[in-house]
Order: sequence, then structure tokens, then C-alpha cells
Amino acid sequence: MAENILAVSDSTFDSDVLKSDIPVLVDFWAPWCGPCKAIGPVIEEISKDYEGKVKFFKCNVDDNPATPGNYGIRAIPTLLIFKGGEKLDQIVGMVDKAKIEESLNKSI
Amino acid sequence: MKHTEYDLVIIGGGPAGLTASIYAARARLNTLVLEKSAPGGQILVTDWIENYPGFPEGLSGADLVMKMTDQAKRFGVEIETSQVKSMDVAESVKKLVLNDRTITCKAVIIATGASPRKLGVPGEAEFYGKGISTCATCDAPFFKNSVVAAIGGGDTAVQESIFLTRFVDKVYLIHRRDQLRATRILQERALENDKIEVVWDSVLSSVNGSVSGVESITIENVKTGEQLGIAVEGCFVWVGITPNTSFLNDAIQVDQGGFIVVNAKMETSVPGIYAAGDVRNTPLRQVATAVGDSAIAAFEAANYIEMLEDH
Repeated sequence: MAENILAVSDSTFDSDVLKSDIPVLVDFWAPWCGPCKAIGPVIEEISKDYEGKVKFFKCNVDDNPATPGNYGIRAIPTLLIFKGGEKLDQIVGMVDKAKIEESLNKSI
Repeated sequence: MKHTEYDLVIIGGGPAGLTASIYAARARLNTLVLEKSAPGGQILVTDWIENYPGFPEGLSGADLVMKMTDQAKRFGVEIETSQVKSMDVAESVKKLVLNDRTITCKAVIIATGASPRKLGVPGEAEFYGKGISTCATCDAPFFKNSVVAAIGGGDTAVQESIFLTRFVDKVYLIHRRDQLRATRILQERALENDKIEVVWDSVLSSVNGSVSGVESITIENVKTGEQLGIAVEGCFVWVGITPNTSFLNDAIQVDQGGFIVVNAKMETSVPGIYAAGDVRNTPLRQVATAVGDSAIAAFEAANYIEMLEDH
């Protein structure tokens, strides 16, 4: 995992994501999900471009079932974008890098 | 011949694009592969590939594409995450408009593949990612011990329904005809599977639910017109594919389904532009056929570039 993308768990979600002072992208993934593996490097690239403006987290849905349940997530990869504790956007599946950037640009 | 930044640009980084890049790199063409998200394309969502020769035990789509990417990189292929917005192919110097710049090249191989087709029924878009899915390997574990529906009757629908039964209690396989279209071996496995119930002659009319996600589907029997509601937590839609060609200009001929028309050399209607894999008009869309198309396309593109340079 790249150093600017940290793991978030059910117990740290509130402090890391909801209470963050800048926008946050959370990548919900699991080890058995092919597209999740593939989208990983794309998120890493984006995280470098948005360093300091947006925080990036990965949430393993196998180890942390509560958080995906709270947000009605039944598909991965799903990216959630938060600002001030509010969910701004939900991006499902393998999407273009440009689509993720567009959503992030709206949040900052 | 005027100078161009690249000899060859390959649009798409699935099995077709990666194979073309291996052949092009070995032909010493200055090649760029453009991939809009991550290399792989549709096979990333394939749980298990057991009909691609050379892997007698089978392997996952993600592993196969990782091996292909490694092989391409070994020959120095450059893969850029970018999307083609439009192209100008009228002259011998081809111009491709990307997100951030315009690049020039002598030849193009279009290997952009296809995406799962949507049915366009009420609720389908609304519940995408909230019970509607096109990827069993990604999403099946969210439906442990529940009842789901699968729509379709081809290879993908049948193979993925079988995969779903590892997690769910029951799969209603909804098919619009009275027999499946999938390869015989897959049909046999599905029909023998106690967790799969095929609902014949039926199509999806709507997906229904609440804020928490999908709760039921409504299907219609095409012979009797009868409507039926089935309580499901998930609905997987595998009803064919649509080509990824939004950037194409009218110069390139496509068939009625929008797939690019090519000849046996993978040449499109425009000289110097080739198409390979799922995006072209082909009777069979498999990794094996994509790979074959692309070897031909890269070989022919190399010949074309050499011919240009001789003039």
C-alpha cells in the first residue's frame, strides 16, 4: 500500500474520515476482488496528485463489515467521498481516472 | 512521411491491447498503450478462466491480465492512464485528443473492448451498487445466504450464476427464451446445480427496493404476459455487451450493433486504423480470440508503417 493511503477500520472510521478537516476518499475493497486490485494503482496515482488536499483511505470490507453496511455498499470497488462528515459522492465499479478526479475536484 | 510522436498507439489495455503491444514492441515500433483506468478490462471481473490454453488448472482474470501486463512491460511497453476523447484520422498523420493533450502517430489499434449492456428498466440505475451488479466475483460475498436473481442465458450469465451458488442460498436465473445459449458444459453444470432455478421465457421489468437496497424484482413472462414479483436481495445483469466506441468518428465503419467492421487483416474502413478483440464485429468474444486478433493487427500495423516510411 502506498504511504499516502492508510487503512481505515470500523473503529477508526469516525475519527479518520468523518472528523477529517479536509475531504476524504475511502476505497472499499477486498482481497478476492479482481477489479479492486486493478483500481488500486489508479487510486495511488490520484493520491499523489491530491496530496495535502484530500486524504485517502482503504477499507477492507472483510475485516470491517459495519462501515460498508452503514452506507448500503453491496458492490466493490466502491469509492466514497466525504467532506465535513457528509457523504458527497459514491462511485461504484471500475471507472475512469477522470471520473474520480472530477468528483474530487467538486469536493475541494 | 512527417514525424510523429509515436509509430503506433493502442487504445485499450485489456488482453487485446496488451497482446498488440507485445507484438509491436518486439517489432521495435515506438508504441504507446492508452488505458482509461487500469489494465485488464472485462476479464478482471472473470472469476476463473479455464479455456485459455497454457493454464491447465485455470486462473483468475486478474492474474491472467497481471501476467500479460508484466510480459508487455518486459519488452518496454509504455502504458499510460488516459482516455481518448476524439480522433482525427483523415490524414496519414493520425491525431488523438486525450484528456490533457493531443498526440500524433502513424497507426492506431482500437482495442477498447466492450461493457456490460444495461437493460434500461426502472430501478436498474438507481440500485447499481446497492443490489444490482454485473460482477459476481466482486459482489457475491455481500449476498451470503441470501436469494438473488441473475438475468441472461449466455456463457457469462450461466458461469457467473454457478459461481454465485458458492455464497448464496438460491439463484433465480431469468432467461427470455426456453433454452440457454451458453456452452453445453456450462449448461449441464447449471441445470445440475440444486441452488439454481431457471425461470424460462421471462424478462426483467423492474427492480424494486428502498434506501437500504434491492428488495425484489418484477419479471414478465414473454409468452403469457404474466407479471411476477420475486423477493431477492441482489440482481446480477448479464445480458450481453455494448462496444466502447464513444470516441469514434463517423469515418470508421461500424455494424448495426456499433461494433467496428474489419477485414481478415483487422483493417477498418480507414487506412492505418485497426481494431481487435471485443470491440470488433466477431462471432466469438473470448481472451483466445482477442489475442489472435491483436497479433494480426499489430503485424499488419507494422507492415503499414514500414510501407509509409518507404514512400
